[in-house]
Amino acid sequence: MIHYIIRRLIYALPLLIGVNILTFVLFFVVNSPDDMARMQLGQKHVTAQAVDNWKKQRGYDLPLLWNDAGQGLETVTQTVFYQKSVGLFWFDFGISDSDKRNIGADIKQRMWPSLAVALPSLVLGLLVNITVALMMVLFRNSYLEFSGVVLCVILMSISSLFYIIGGQFLFGKLLRLVPISGYDGGFNAIKFVVLPVLIGVVSGIGSGARWYRTLFLEEVEKDYVRTARAKGLSETQTLFRHVVKNAMIPILTGVVVVLPLLFMGSLIMESFFSIPGLGSYTIDAISSQDFAIVRSMVFLGSVLYIFGLLLTDISYTLVDPRVRLS
Amino acid sequence: MMVVLWTDALIYLLLISGSGFWLYMRGRATMQRPIRKVGRSKTGMVSLTVLLLFVCIGLLDSIHFRTDEERSNEIISLLDYWASPIRQKSEKTYSAPFSAYLFGKELMAADEGKQVWGYPRLKHGAAHLADPDSELADDVLIKTLTGLAEGLVFSLLPLGLLWLLVRKREDAWLKQSTGKTVIAVVVVLISVVFTAIELSAHYHILGTDKVGEDVFYQAVKSIRTGLVIGTLTTLVMLPLAIVFGILAGFFHGWLDDVIQYIYTTLNSVPGVLLIAASILMVQVYMANHPDDFTSLIVRADMRLLFLCLILGVTSWTGLCRMLRAETLKLREMEYVQAARALGVKQGMILYKHILPNVMHIIIISVVLDFSSLVLAEAVLSYINIGVDPTTYSWGNMINGARLEMAREPAVWWSLAAAFLFMFTLVLAANLFADTVRDAFDPRRAEHE
Repeated sequence: MIHYIIRRLIYALPLLIGVNILTFVLFFVVNSPDDMARMQLGQKHVTAQAVDNWKKQRGYDLPLLWNDAGQGLETVTQTVFYQKSVGLFWFDFGISDSDKRNIGADIKQRMWPSLAVALPSLVLGLLVNITVALMMVLFRNSYLEFSGVVLCVILMSISSLFYIIGGQFLFGKLLRLVPISGYDGGFNAIKFVVLPVLIGVVSGIGSGARWYRTLFLEEVEKDYVRTARAKGLSETQTLFRHVVKNAMIPILTGVVVVLPLLFMGSLIMESFFSIPGLGSYTIDAISSQDFAIVRSMVFLGSVLYIFGLLLTDISYTLVDPRVRLS
Repeated sequence: MMVVLWTDALIYLLLISGSGFWLYMRGRATMQRPIRKVGRSKTGMVSLTVLLLFVCIGLLDSIHFRTDEERSNEIISLLDYWASPIRQKSEKTYSAPFSAYLFGKELMAADEGKQVWGYPRLKHGAAHLADPDSELADDVLIKTLTGLAEGLVFSLLPLGLLWLLVRKREDAWLKQSTGKTVIAVVVVLISVVFTAIELSAHYHILGTDKVGEDVFYQAVKSIRTGLVIGTLTTLVMLPLAIVFGILAGFFHGWLDDVIQYIYTTLNSVPGVLLIAASILMVQVYMANHPDDFTSLIVRADMRLLFLCLILGVTSWTGLCRMLRAETLKLREMEYVQAARALGVKQGMILYKHILPNVMHIIIISVVLDFSSLVLAEAVLSYINIGVDPTTYSWGNMINGARLEMAREPAVWWSLAAAFLFMFTLVLAANLFADTVRDAFDPRRAEHE
């Protein structure tokens, strides 16, 4: 097990380097740091002096990939690529381009509100989706199932933006049950979190319940279910004792892979409800064209994704004894 | 004078390759059964009809030309040309659907030089009515009925001709129940289109937006954007996914490793962030090279194209992985082994034995992806990393109108229009995708 994990972590290294090179090419090679500086300082009437200052303050005044002036190793280390990339690997994200804040500290502070919305959404969504899917499978080949399937397709075809706008309008403006947007620390956060979580769950029912339904239906066709029925178990008993347990394997592993990414939060939700999480942090960075933050978030996202894949493989061995890691 | 924008050219290319692909499919015996199955499905064919209506509108909007007028040298499309009455009749600001008055109160000149605080009449909406309060409902009803009648007449003529053609053939598709349903839907759709044309000539049937532009026109114009994103992305993604997926599965060794490395790397970057990063890059590039993008519409078009490219680059990995797995399975099959033993060239094996047998995966994933791409456009436009703000798109409509829900009373029509159009398109696409998947997936076919 330990060997396997270590090997996987080593495999992750070239992937992360690849991600780094990709974002580096996107941000710095296609557009030079001069372009970025001009973009940040305003398009016109920028003196060369101001551009140089901006670059120097943020460490973009080095050559991009190769420093001819340096000696030995310095030809590689004294470059923008090396300076801006190596720190990421031990989560030293540096400072942001626009207001020179410490990105690492911001991330640490902002990841909790993200989690406060994302985690309940995931857990509740999972419960609701599985329940709906089980109902549809239990009453399969009936009008109940048919209407359930139709409803799922309809729910699926509505853009998530409309769920948010509609929810805010209904619960925030008409019924005045919860505040429309905002956030507060501690337990006061609950009243701000309820609506985003509810909307997150409802907007996910369509695709979620449909997906779980196909999983259950695949399982229902199998031989052990027929055996269970032949033993004389009722349909409900078969479904809850046998089918659910076995269908849990793909469901669980599908959930585990997104667990680490919950920290990243949801871009849309957080910006609509002005929750100070990592999602809105990213959106702000995108709209203020802060490359340092976007690059850090891309890197963080990739790390969490790779970590999620590792967790998935480990969870496979835990829930399914037939799977061995090699 | 005709102008071909980049996306136009690619749409034409897509149309040609799509027709070519359709001919190729029709000629293959293995594809007959699923195609017939789709043809028998009522939901599938009805949703396809709705999709085709959207496609027709999108195509009309993809033929651009320069106006001949001396002063304005703008590029407009065939759709714009036909919709000129709606396009040019803009009001001052918001007005509700079918309203004869502006949404906000203003100071108006009244009799005897006095000024009154009230709702002014619209310049164009319901302007032909002398007393809108009493006449409006009747006039709308008459116009609706006229439109419906026109639509019926217009659609019955070609249908009658069609009927003469198939009268003798007992097994004609049009005589089956699916065919009849589709005919009914076509008649309804044509009638609705005619009614909309009739009404929109005199009213703002979905209201006007902040700068007084007709919302119905905006929603119709957005169709092209939605379709372009849903289809051109596929055009970018397919070659990458097919070539890489099949090669990785068929040839073991370093090629497989390299391709796997590429797609795992791309996959591990959160999709939205990669799109954001790329769009940021494009923005900076455009800002620094203003000479290359002279006209507004060319600039917006380039950005749309870039968006499709980027979405394509971020979304090919899923299909690629599926194709690789399937090819891995197929290459061990007896018929592939036999072909190899007989000395068939590798390129030929790939083309003759592997490609046709993964075709169903490709078709299914293309139709499944379409609706999610249309939905993604709206979300991306909301974060400002989608299409250009000047491009008509449902995302931009939602983005511009979402804050107006907080008004009292709420300005709901822009959102409603975007919702209506998007929902129709996505629902039709989803239903069609389900039918196609049921027909083409061999695992589902066994249960028949």
